[in-house]
Amino acid sequence: MPLDANLDPRTHQFKVVGTRPLRPDGVDKVTGRAKFGADATAPGMLVGKVLRSPHPHARIRSINTAKAAKLPGVKAIVTRDDFPETKDESLKDVLYNVMAREKALYDGHAVAAVAATSASIARKALKLIEVKYEILPHVTDVDAAMKPGAPILHKDMITDGVEPAPTKASNIAAKCEFGHGDPDEGFKHADHVIERVFKTEATHQGYIEPHACLASVGTDGSGELWVCTQGHFMVRDTCAALLGMDVSRLRVTASEIGGGFGGKTTVFIEPVALALSRKAGKPVKVVMSREEVFRASGPTSSTSMTVKIGINKAGRITGAFAELRFQGGAFTGSPVVLGAMSAFACYDLEHVKVVGYDVVTNRPKQAAYRAPGAPMVAFAVESVLDELAARIGMDPIALRLKNAAKEGTKSSYGPTFNRIGLIDCLEAARKHANYKVPLGPNQGRGVSAGFWFNFGGQTCVSLNVNIDGTVALVVGTPDIGGSRASMCLMAAEELGIPYDRVRAIVADTSSLGYNDISEGSRVTFSTGLATIKATRDAVTKLCARAAKIWGIPADAVTWENGYAKPSGPNAGNFEPLSLEDLAKKAAKTGGPIAGHYEVNADGAGVSFAVHLCDAEVDPETGRVQIKRYTVVQDAGKAIHPSYVEGQYQGGAVQGIGWAINEEYIYGKDGRLQNPGFLDYRIPVASDLPMIDTVIVEVPNPGHPYGVRGVGETSIVPPLAAIANAVSNAAGVRMTHLPMSPPNVLKAIDGAKGRGARR
Amino acid sequence: MPKVQVSTTVNGDEVSYICEVDETLLDVLRDRLSLTGSKEGCGTGDCGACSVMLDGRLVCSCLVLGAEAEGRDVRTVEGIAKGDKLHPLQEKFLEFAALQCGICTPGFLISSKALLDHNPNPTETEIRFALAGNLCRCTGYDKIVRAVQAAAAEMRKG
Repeated sequence: MPLDANLDPRTHQFKVVGTRPLRPDGVDKVTGRAKFGADATAPGMLVGKVLRSPHPHARIRSINTAKAAKLPGVKAIVTRDDFPETKDESLKDVLYNVMAREKALYDGHAVAAVAATSASIARKALKLIEVKYEILPHVTDVDAAMKPGAPILHKDMITDGVEPAPTKASNIAAKCEFGHGDPDEGFKHADHVIERVFKTEATHQGYIEPHACLASVGTDGSGELWVCTQGHFMVRDTCAALLGMDVSRLRVTASEIGGGFGGKTTVFIEPVALALSRKAGKPVKVVMSREEVFRASGPTSSTSMTVKIGINKAGRITGAFAELRFQGGAFTGSPVVLGAMSAFACYDLEHVKVVGYDVVTNRPKQAAYRAPGAPMVAFAVESVLDELAARIGMDPIALRLKNAAKEGTKSSYGPTFNRIGLIDCLEAARKHANYKVPLGPNQGRGVSAGFWFNFGGQTCVSLNVNIDGTVALVVGTPDIGGSRASMCLMAAEELGIPYDRVRAIVADTSSLGYNDISEGSRVTFSTGLATIKATRDAVTKLCARAAKIWGIPADAVTWENGYAKPSGPNAGNFEPLSLEDLAKKAAKTGGPIAGHYEVNADGAGVSFAVHLCDAEVDPETGRVQIKRYTVVQDAGKAIHPSYVEGQYQGGAVQGIGWAINEEYIYGKDGRLQNPGFLDYRIPVASDLPMIDTVIVEVPNPGHPYGVRGVGETSIVPPLAAIANAVSNAAGVRMTHLPMSPPNVLKAIDGAKGRGARR
Repeated sequence: MPKVQVSTTVNGDEVSYICEVDETLLDVLRDRLSLTGSKEGCGTGDCGACSVMLDGRLVCSCLVLGAEAEGRDVRTVEGIAKGDKLHPLQEKFLEFAALQCGICTPGFLISSKALLDHNPNPTETEIRFALAGNLCRCTGYDKIVRAVQAAAAEMRKG
């Protein structure tokens, strides 16, 4: 098979792809043997702890470490003085977030760190560090931060993307705009126009494994780092740059990772651990507490959004407009651009415009969270659509079908769509039994569509044929949710051998070429693509070895079901040679047999989902219960359906948490009031029903098997699907997440005109 | 920090260790006995990743002091399989893809085992409430609940 050939997944009979074998790392994970970030140790290891600002905004006048340094057992202390200024503009914010410089910009901002012989000594040392703060006014709300007269975080922040450039600094880092046509023109042709303002609170990815790493830097300046991360190559390059090391001198090994969801796509403690280790001359382990994870790693943005949509009597959208205001914490980089691009991507629109503002506030620097920016915007847009459908008495799925984007639609963010599966998902949702179940008292049904881009990116894979004909597959993208199983399936499919003959590992940064982070739903797509092509490269070499043995031209050999065979009667009559035969003879036919592939993968293929939610609202307490939940999503081609379903279910449940419970709560003092799982309550098993799934397969032309990424799209529709269900159950439009009992009661009481009870 | 000497039984084996008085049982298991299967997700008893059995009772080992284990019987995830034979719960968690990242899995296995040890035929609701002290952020719990149901059915067959 040529290296660039695509199979038609709708007609091709796959042998192992699409089956549900056990994952290669499974036994280790059910017996406690798997080694995660905090599970590594090293001889002579010290414990590192970080001192954090208790103030949301304060100038750091001085840091005195003298008393802490004298405490027996303390081996190193680092502060801003240990991290030299970087010339790389793209790294400045990373550096300033890793260790505060002239100002602490949020409650939890790192100010100093110590390494000591025990955790108790390290904790004691932190208390002996004297920091003199000059407390400054702070702002944590996005709308407040945009107002004139708000406390300014960065005196040099001039809004980007505005012509002419503002002359005064503000908290608005950037403005962006997407769309085509003229929404005001579109609204003129509408029979109904609805405009509403929505707010969502910041939520955390909530991975159960706190950030953890073990750093070891020798006196020669060479270092090793063991870390739970979604991208160990990114960690290597960033840390090397911040610490002035040659990239080749830092080897980073990705541990098993206990969840990431985007939150482990940057560095926090890693450069600190390396700096401490370099100073102490000993290995240093740093593990965040859960409180540190909440206060100092990256939640997603809180938002304020205005959406205006017009439709005609037939249900066709005539114009759509949105203004999005996202705060992304103390530094620029909220996902407002992705939110703006995705806002109306589900629909085929003549007149559409989205304006986005990226705003800084005194909160931790946001990090990516599963489809960054899209879930909140989908909440706003899909809520207005739900209201419009009700207004004209149209079924909400029918309304979406009437306006759905399809192949050839010019998307609201620019590109024209290739083959896409939104209509297939909408049809499957409409036919689903759950859409027809009669609702009980106080129950409501909600529908939402969702879109995500999916990404490709830099990827490198090696495949080594072992002496016994088994295969070692070497990838460089950390496995967050079972991707090693999917990679083994694809390699086995290409080779025509059983799944369990292939074993995949995630290699360290010195053992394989650069790989981008496991993010953007890119792994099954791009590492999968590279795996398939590395396998085809190996197959080409295997055929050449067989040709050599037979003394015929290499192109007269084909590969079928694990065997090299003469390609036809003219090629000669030879007994087929198995992978085992060729592996055994490798030394005599030219040495080791390996396949490689390197790519900056394009063509990830966008994906769509439609969610159905039935919710029950207790009118007395405001409590929301999810009674029924259905995820319909296009996977392109499901390589390991169990893990595809798992992504659907997991995304839906994170969305349920976001919609009805989770929020960052700041006091007037600018401190986070709920930095723990007791008060920041993520869904537990008893909160939920089973999550029903439907895998739709509309092949992505950009992948040999048609794969589309599935990890992120599943969190895009839930906020809206649940809000629509709750609104329909309660008889009042919910415009502010989370829909926690007090918020729901307030809305119900407000609608009754009785005012709030609390 | 003052230290204490402790003798206890972990997964049927007698062990003794010296720990600081404020060290948790979880710290001791992980840092002194190298049993890193029990995980720390929160340190405040909210996530259940550190679940162990203490004298037959399900506890969060992050809320128990290492010193309190004196003379007790501690069971961790490392003790669930019998030699090279996995427990039915472990088998069903794999078969049903009841884990994605796997960090919460040890705690879920311990809690599920604690449930099935006294209730061999739980309803879905009973399973959901028995596991409500364990947080999983990846799966949405669906496949975990199904795996526990399947393991219970398997174990009832004997």
